[in-house]
Amino acid sequence: MLHPITTVHYLVLSAALLMIGALGVLARRNIVVILMSIELILNAVNINLIAFARHFQHVTGQIFAIFVITVAVAEAAVGLGILIALFRNRQTVQADEIELLKW
Amino acid sequence: MWLDTLLFYGFALLTLTGAVLTITRRNAVHSAVALIASLVGVAGLFLLQRAEFLFAVQIVLYVGGIMVLFLFVIMLVNLDEAARLRQFGRQWWLALAAVAAVGAEVVWFLTKGAGALRLPPAAPLPAGAPGNTEALADVLFSEYLLPFEVASLLLLVAIVGSVIMAKKRI
Repeated sequence: MLHPITTVHYLVLSAALLMIGALGVLARRNIVVILMSIELILNAVNINLIAFARHFQHVTGQIFAIFVITVAVAEAAVGLGILIALFRNRQTVQADEIELLKW
Repeated sequence: MWLDTLLFYGFALLTLTGAVLTITRRNAVHSAVALIASLVGVAGLFLLQRAEFLFAVQIVLYVGGIMVLFLFVIMLVNLDEAARLRQFGRQWWLALAAVAAVGAEVVWFLTKGAGALRLPPAAPLPAGAPGNTEALADVLFSEYLLPFEVASLLLLVAIVGSVIMAKKRI
């Protein structure tokens, strides 16, 4: 049971977290929860980057993780701003009720 | 060595449990609290991988910043009605099938194709190396200075964009 933890363990954990996040994005209707699932996906990416940075003793992976976090912050701020504007105009936060651009 | 293993499984359990609760809870505030647990678990994994600076960034920025933003928006937007509605879209089975296919692919790759995953052995920790924050700053402010400045421009655009989006009349 108590194998030493290798990089592959981290990769598997990151894949699992990515799948949970993708399921949240695809299946949930509430836009707030969809945005939270996107944060889960970005965190899965970060685990991957950090694991490889540790594996190769190269700090570039951590730099990339910092940039990913920056983009995640910008995405969350703009996404939540759009959500507030949307709620003010349409009184709904259900993703499948926003269908103006659908054919 | 066994302490590392124990901590890894503890943080992995915290991360995955928080993630599953995040996408299954009906109440958005409960989802946000579960997401905080998940992000703290990820921060612990960063610490286990000797990324101390990113551990601090994860706690301060994600748990302190983004999650407070989420909670503010949850309070601003009335979600009581949304909690009473159907939580999953009509194509949830399709989403589940797609994700299950990807999961099966990963499992199959790990059982059948493990030999093809030839990572070189992990590099040993160099003795007398500078601390994590110092090493990060060295590379960030020399080699990656231009991306760093571009990131600050991105943040400025995001600030302006979110202020305009949250204005009364757009």
